[in-house]
Amino acid sequence: MEYIVEMLNIRKEFPGVVANDDITLQLRKGEIHALLGENGAGKSTLMSILFGMYQADRGVIKVDGKETKIANPNVANRLGIGMVHQHFKLVENFTVTENIMLGNEIGRFGMLDVKTAARKIEELSARYGLNVDPYAKIEDISVGMQQRVEIIKTLYRDANVLILDEPTAVLTPQEIAELQVILKNLVAEGKSIILITHKLKEIKAVADRCTVIRRGKTIGTVEVASTSEQKMAEMMVGRSVAFKVEKQASKPGETILKLDRLTVRNSKKVEGLKAFSLEVRAGEIVGIAGVEGNGQSELVEAITGLARVESGSILFKGDSIAELGIRQRIAKGIGHIPEDRQKRGLVLDYTLEENMIIENYYLPPFSKRGLLNKSFIRKYSEQILKSFDVRSGQGAVSIARSLSGGNQQKAIIGREIEQNPALLIAVQPTRGLDVGSIEYIHRRLIEHRDKGNAVLLVSLELDEILNVSDRIAVVNNGQLIGIVNASETNENEIGLMMAGVPAEEVQT
Amino acid sequence: MRVAVVSLLAILFGLLAGGVLMAATGHNPFEGYRYLFEGGLKNPERIGNTIATGTPLIFTGLAVAFAFRTGLFNIGVAGQMLFGGLCATAVGLNLDAPRPILLLVMIAAAFLGGALWAVVPGFLKAKYNVHEVVSSIMMNWIAYWTVYYAVPAYFKGTYLETESQILPAAATLRDPFISGLFGGSYINMGLYIAVLAVIVVAFIMNKTTIGYELKAVGFNRHTAEYAGIAVNRSIVLSMAISGGLGGLGGMAQYAGNANNMQIGVLPSQGFDGIAVALLGASAPIGVMLAAVFFGLLYSGKGFMSAMTEVPPEIADSIIAIIIYFAATSILMERLVSWLIKRRKGQRSKPEEQQPAPPPGETSGKKEGLYDVEHH
Repeated sequence: MEYIVEMLNIRKEFPGVVANDDITLQLRKGEIHALLGENGAGKSTLMSILFGMYQADRGVIKVDGKETKIANPNVANRLGIGMVHQHFKLVENFTVTENIMLGNEIGRFGMLDVKTAARKIEELSARYGLNVDPYAKIEDISVGMQQRVEIIKTLYRDANVLILDEPTAVLTPQEIAELQVILKNLVAEGKSIILITHKLKEIKAVADRCTVIRRGKTIGTVEVASTSEQKMAEMMVGRSVAFKVEKQASKPGETILKLDRLTVRNSKKVEGLKAFSLEVRAGEIVGIAGVEGNGQSELVEAITGLARVESGSILFKGDSIAELGIRQRIAKGIGHIPEDRQKRGLVLDYTLEENMIIENYYLPPFSKRGLLNKSFIRKYSEQILKSFDVRSGQGAVSIARSLSGGNQQKAIIGREIEQNPALLIAVQPTRGLDVGSIEYIHRRLIEHRDKGNAVLLVSLELDEILNVSDRIAVVNNGQLIGIVNASETNENEIGLMMAGVPAEEVQT
Repeated sequence: MRVAVVSLLAILFGLLAGGVLMAATGHNPFEGYRYLFEGGLKNPERIGNTIATGTPLIFTGLAVAFAFRTGLFNIGVAGQMLFGGLCATAVGLNLDAPRPILLLVMIAAAFLGGALWAVVPGFLKAKYNVHEVVSSIMMNWIAYWTVYYAVPAYFKGTYLETESQILPAAATLRDPFISGLFGGSYINMGLYIAVLAVIVVAFIMNKTTIGYELKAVGFNRHTAEYAGIAVNRSIVLSMAISGGLGGLGGMAQYAGNANNMQIGVLPSQGFDGIAVALLGASAPIGVMLAAVFFGLLYSGKGFMSAMTEVPPEIADSIIAIIIYFAATSILMERLVSWLIKRRKGQRSKPEEQQPAPPPGETSGKKEGLYDVEHH
């Protein structure tokens, strides 16, 4: 069998962690090869080595059968290896063409030849079914299209091997389906793809083979067609995994949160949430289902105090909180797992322990008379990190930035649940996490409910909403379409409601 | 540790480049440097003068460093020095009180004056998102013209229109004890206040909830907001403390090293504070060492140009080059990584390599400082 890229016995160590320990990955020509592993298993490190951003301490890389040294990403590009990063590297106020040309400008006498480049981009777009407008500005196009721009960028540089790092983490279900078609087109045209992911469904849908790594070691490479999802999950986590969380029926108690005809304007001064009414009671999980950008952010920001309420009321345990500051709301018992962990959830340049106290540092025993109580903070943080299995190089004193995305997320969730809020707002709590962590976080959310607290779960993953929630409120265009019991509905019904069809009209 | 190596390398490269410059202009670099360092360190008096020259720089360096650490770029320290100094001078010339009280009131006036001058850009940033670089530079010129007007109008000197009246000795930071210790140097109590300020700033930054808050806002204002920190208040407070330190720098300059103010001068120490903060890696103790080093260059350069043909501008060039190397600390850090890697590689198999710094580790704060004008 012909391999286009081989990474043999790769080892890479960072201070305190062995990120890769004797990993072997062999990519066949014309296949989609999934690289599956938990958060922090070493997937990103391995791909960074292949793309020349890190140098392996040990091991051999072969491209087209020839042993090569990949000193930096430029070398990788020359070898025909392109990478689509999880966080896109695009200039927001440049057009698609300008972004793609960047670093590879063509032209004469110092003048850019945008036309030729745009034509080439149009050709590539048509050939692979990417549907990208070369003259659109990045800030005006959807996340899904931005990702396709990144893909064209690699094709424009004649990449034969594409590495996609968690490509679906930022996409809506429809966009995911589109991406899968595109990947198949690419392979049909002779490209080879490495797909970094921990979503088993997607591997099943598109990949030919799958290499599983766990804690820096290769566990094995399997044929996807003949391997069950359950089997792959076990290989990845090292134990058997439940896909569906076990939970008792909810026993709703008093009303914790009551929204009445809440209207909120978004950053563009448009009404993002319109006359939205909802009750969340103690001991229940209410899921908010909807396509991204249909009022979820405005809803969450209004409850937490990040956005001003235009009209309507927010009652928390019977008291109006619409006029309170963010800190006061937190003190009253509102916990918030934010949607964007890097933007809102963490101070990336702070250590983990500093991040663990960001909402309550000013209270005793975290501080007394304005002085931080460092030994208590250390103990408190270490206990959260331990109980939520946050893996980091140096424990509580690790810089938050140095953690993998999944571990950052677990740290935030630990911080919020530890404060035992009467209302926990969890926005996309498992975005970008592996099945093992997802199962764990779902269990913690249900545990939190079972302690008699209210949970408001906002998620774009329908599976998650259906699995974890007791009741589901569906939003479309900032309006409440309907509320259904999770046990009495299905994906189809919710899907139609998400598209704006009222509950009464949905045939079940 | 690594940061210190970077700063020391910056100094080393700066000195090397200065040597090349001297050689290229036909002077003997060894002789030049001998006199430069002798000029700053030859005897107790010169050492005292070096420290005294560095004292205002400790304040201005701290002012810039404090702002840096909290995500702000206070480029208006010169104006804060001027206005703080003017407030202190006004008190010193008009208040009749026992010396300890007089000095304390002057110090408070200097701090508050500087703070007021920085609160304006802080407020504009918090409320209207006006970039503090632009507004604090503008404040520099407002301070410049305020002094230009106020000194001749209210504090006119006995002989010259362009200088304020000489402060009575009791209203300056002169201290015969420390001056005597350094062979009659003009070193003064400003040093005590500076050391105290270094300790207080380090304490605030590392031990207090205020420091924690301000740094959190500086690193990531979205997260700070999410966590319920009053972001706008923090920005204003941060600028106030930074400006207050700048004001103290004015006190150290105009009522310590000098005993009056001149009109028509924007003090260069305000801008050198940026360089000091960079070289000191924005750490209080680093700022103090960097300030004294700059003091050495400034006080030595006169001696060098007196004893040799080397023009004093060479010393200024050396300072500028050091700033370049300190400001491009990313390059220096790469160099350090590379050196460590190579040495490890020679000794044994690369068992434990240092990883390249993760992207974004050296924060963007240091960007765009290269075009600061030095007066």
